[in-house]
Amino acid sequence: MRYLPHTDEDIAEMLEIVGAASLDALFKDVPDNCRRLDMDLPEAFSEWALDRYMDDLAARTAVAPEYQVFMGAGRYHHYIPAAASYLISRSEFATSYTPYQPEISQGTLQAIYEYQTLAARLMGVEVSTASHYDGATALAEALLMAIRITRKTRVAISQAIHPLFRRVVQTYFDPTDYEIIELPYLESGRTDMSILQDMEDVAAVAIQSPNFFGCIEDPDIADKIHSKGALFITAFTEALAYGLLKSPGSQGADIVCGEGQSLGIPISFGGPGLGMLGSKSKFVRNLPGRLVGRTKDMDGQDGFVLTLATREQHIRREKATSNICTNNSLCALAAVIYMASLGGTGFRHLAQLNHDKAQYLKNALQSAGFKLPFEAPCFNEFVVEFPAGFEATYQRLLAKKVVAGLPLAQYYPELPHHYLLCATETISKADMDMLVREVQS
Amino acid sequence: MKEINELYLPDDVKYTDDHEWARQDGESVTVGISDYATDQMGDIVYVELPEVGRTFKQDEEFGTVESVKAVSELYMPVSGEIVSINSALEDAPELVNNDPYQQGWMIKLTPSDVSEMDSLKDKNAYLEMLKG
Repeated sequence: MRYLPHTDEDIAEMLEIVGAASLDALFKDVPDNCRRLDMDLPEAFSEWALDRYMDDLAARTAVAPEYQVFMGAGRYHHYIPAAASYLISRSEFATSYTPYQPEISQGTLQAIYEYQTLAARLMGVEVSTASHYDGATALAEALLMAIRITRKTRVAISQAIHPLFRRVVQTYFDPTDYEIIELPYLESGRTDMSILQDMEDVAAVAIQSPNFFGCIEDPDIADKIHSKGALFITAFTEALAYGLLKSPGSQGADIVCGEGQSLGIPISFGGPGLGMLGSKSKFVRNLPGRLVGRTKDMDGQDGFVLTLATREQHIRREKATSNICTNNSLCALAAVIYMASLGGTGFRHLAQLNHDKAQYLKNALQSAGFKLPFEAPCFNEFVVEFPAGFEATYQRLLAKKVVAGLPLAQYYPELPHHYLLCATETISKADMDMLVREVQS
Repeated sequence: MKEINELYLPDDVKYTDDHEWARQDGESVTVGISDYATDQMGDIVYVELPEVGRTFKQDEEFGTVESVKAVSELYMPVSGEIVSINSALEDAPELVNNDPYQQGWMIKLTPSDVSEMDSLKDKNAYLEMLKG
């Protein structure tokens, strides 16, 4: 049965009040090609036919473990401990919505508070928000935040930031008068900071480290950026890297933002993700989204509260720090369980394992005669330049259920035959040896 | 909340429709928010003030005041350059609640056009506005 809330009489009455002759007249501002009411839908499926249909659709996607995926590029195949999957599926967590009457939801608030604590430590910042949609929106929010703080209207963004992150930033900035300047990358694979020299009135300089090419950016750029009166933003797509690398905050970043999918969240066709965002505490009032704080109740017992909510959209409306952000609570919970399960030592070991595997693969491919165009050190991703015609090999491997990295030319036309490869802990030595053999043949 | 006749509204300051007060003192003008404003907002937890040296036009936003239940904008009673800010509010924002016209002042400015002071309300006109 179709659900039609309005009778013909209701509709006629409403049309009369708004002064429209018909429904078509009411919607006349909507372009014709957006009003496709004549959709050609197939007959309804039986449940088992639908099940089969969805299975067939799913089978067209190359995912581990059916495929051996040597691709990261913003979404990483990491093992998810059973404890994380089990705990987040408990109904107390899985079914709860973001708390609008927050103090009654002490468990949810505590989970977010614990997340904030570990996220802040990982990023090396004094304060972390309760989380955002994903890394790309977190970057856009970080840039807007810098514009609010510095009252300057242009930002400089490295071209070695994930191309899709940059596209989201573009979407946020399009309707504004703010200006985006792109910083090119050097032969080493790192961002070229030299044009900063002649740049004035920059609100923020944003880099990603490890960047989209897997290269770890120069650790000594904070002073250069700060001397221009700009805030230093570090983005990331692979949160696990900070198990091994120095945290962005400790390298002088004022705002740190990125994607936390690596922390116990499945790839799931690209989402949901976990937007992580934190900053120095002096910028706390400009942090978008929500924050949970710990306090004492009237009996002197510990309790958790939503704090600084007065700057959020349900109170500040158009003057809120952001009107397009939420708290991805369940993903944040997965991340905090993941980090707590591994502990500091486990997290470091896992990061080391990722680095060592990628290093092994990188060396093996180089020994096999393939070119590594970028010399900057990497974490678990790196770029390889394969010979012209490699596309056929790539397709042959795909048929064998091996994904040999991400072809970069679609995002960087100046990098034909360049592929971004990744090796996480889920890739074995045998897998890597197989890949090296296959790409040579 | 206070009844209107319980409000403390000194007559050595002028008032804006947005509940700031301005006190002319020789070359400079001191600005804060009225007892009515602090009473409406409740406990004030943070006052965000501009940098010294910035100039604003009359009615332009120069900062925000945040209480446990709301954040409100602060507007310039008259145009001018900020010459000093009350840094005591950083650690003791409650001064705005406790002593809005003295210790709870927010900014001092050099007006660019003193005659703008005439556009503000005196105590009686402000009181009439509050009574509606």
